[in-house]
Amino acid sequence: MGAKKKYQAVVIGSSAGGLNALKVIFGELDKRFQLPVVIVQHMSPDADNYLASFLDGMKKIRVKEADEKEIPTGGFAYIAPPNYHLLMEKDCSFTLTVGERVNYARPSIDVLFETAAEAYGDGLIGIILTGANNDGSHGLKKIKEMGGLTIVQDPEESESVSMPRSAIETVNPDHVFKLKEIAKFLNSFI
Amino acid sequence: MKKKEEEIIENQDVEIKLLIEALYLKYGYDFRNYSQAHLKRRILNRFQISGLNSITEMTYKAIYDPAFTDQLLMDLSITVTEMFRDPSFYKALRQSVLPVLRTYPRVTVWHAGCASGEEVYSMAIMLKEEGLLHKTQIYATDFNPVILRNAKKAQYPISRIKEFTVSYQKAGGKRSFSDYYTADDETALLHESLKKNVVFANHNLVTDSVFAEMNLVICRNVLIYFNKQLQDRVIELFMESLPGGGFLCLGSKENLQFSVHYNAFEPVVNQERIYIKKYL
Repeated sequence: MGAKKKYQAVVIGSSAGGLNALKVIFGELDKRFQLPVVIVQHMSPDADNYLASFLDGMKKIRVKEADEKEIPTGGFAYIAPPNYHLLMEKDCSFTLTVGERVNYARPSIDVLFETAAEAYGDGLIGIILTGANNDGSHGLKKIKEMGGLTIVQDPEESESVSMPRSAIETVNPDHVFKLKEIAKFLNSFI
Repeated sequence: MKKKEEEIIENQDVEIKLLIEALYLKYGYDFRNYSQAHLKRRILNRFQISGLNSITEMTYKAIYDPAFTDQLLMDLSITVTEMFRDPSFYKALRQSVLPVLRTYPRVTVWHAGCASGEEVYSMAIMLKEEGLLHKTQIYATDFNPVILRNAKKAQYPISRIKEFTVSYQKAGGKRSFSDYYTADDETALLHESLKKNVVFANHNLVTDSVFAEMNLVICRNVLIYFNKQLQDRVIELFMESLPGGGFLCLGSKENLQFSVHYNAFEPVVNQERIYIKKYL
């Protein structure tokens, strides 16, 4: 298990059904989890910060919306704000942009994953959850190419199957897990 | 295998730096202090479409082929905008800023980084409804000449009108949004009366200086693309353009809090990033 030490951050992408999926993961996550978590959940452009305050209310790790130039730290999860893309710079700070939609989405999972893969290299864990499109597949592939660890939610238990299926076909991920297994796996890094 | 990937990225980054440098040396377009992650995504995107063999070939083309440079400028510019983007912001502006401006004999407004003009015309509509447009001069500036030409046309795809209409209503619009445009099958043309008090001009926030005193400066979703140093430069530019009591409006994810000029301003509607410059 010594190899596990190298990981520095976790990125999660989810779409349709994502709120419930994130609830399950955060429900099982240990309070002592110390890797920064960055999340893109597809949502309507004029959504408020409900997701961040809801997950924060679960009293596991702290959850907030990502701010521009903020550097993610352990014990926190960061949600991409509605209607902005969330990118990571080489120094691991956040950039928000209002660029065109990618895969019909803003925020797009690919945009976060591809830039985070370059920022963290082989120190990144990428997770694709339920969703009804194929956003995130390219980004997850990039994470794998950079030597990072890739996980996809088992389509068998996904509310929407296309996003995890697409990711599995595109990437051949390291693990296909159910939500509770994802949480358990993450907890093993404590 | 990992090593090879790292080297590919390292080489790409060198090539991208050289391309950015070429745009600066040849045309004076200075992207050197822009978000590197943003630039890289846009440049790689253009590279994939271009059919060229390397980013270095793009640099060659950027130097010798003006049409390609225009294309590249469009890629790197911030061109995505909409009418009444963030309706709550416009509502707050109507409630908290326009009543103050109404007391002035003349009003000057600067839309910095106006892109294709949607937010400029949104402002013109609001000023018109509040009876302020006739005494207002709006300066709408961008560094990209192609996009400025589009902005002047005040013409938008009909497919976007539905979204604009919803936002107009949410922003507290007082009439029917269709009062402001004439449509055919493909496009909606905004009425001439909205353009009358707008001057579109070329201005580069990175390299140009102050050009007039303003009562209100609006620069939304531009600073997020800049590094800290450039953000401070641009805020200084706004600070110099505003007298005490002048207003500054930023994007919903932009914050003066971390600027070196933070103390020169105080929030009017903090949530909507509307600030006022303090009197000395």
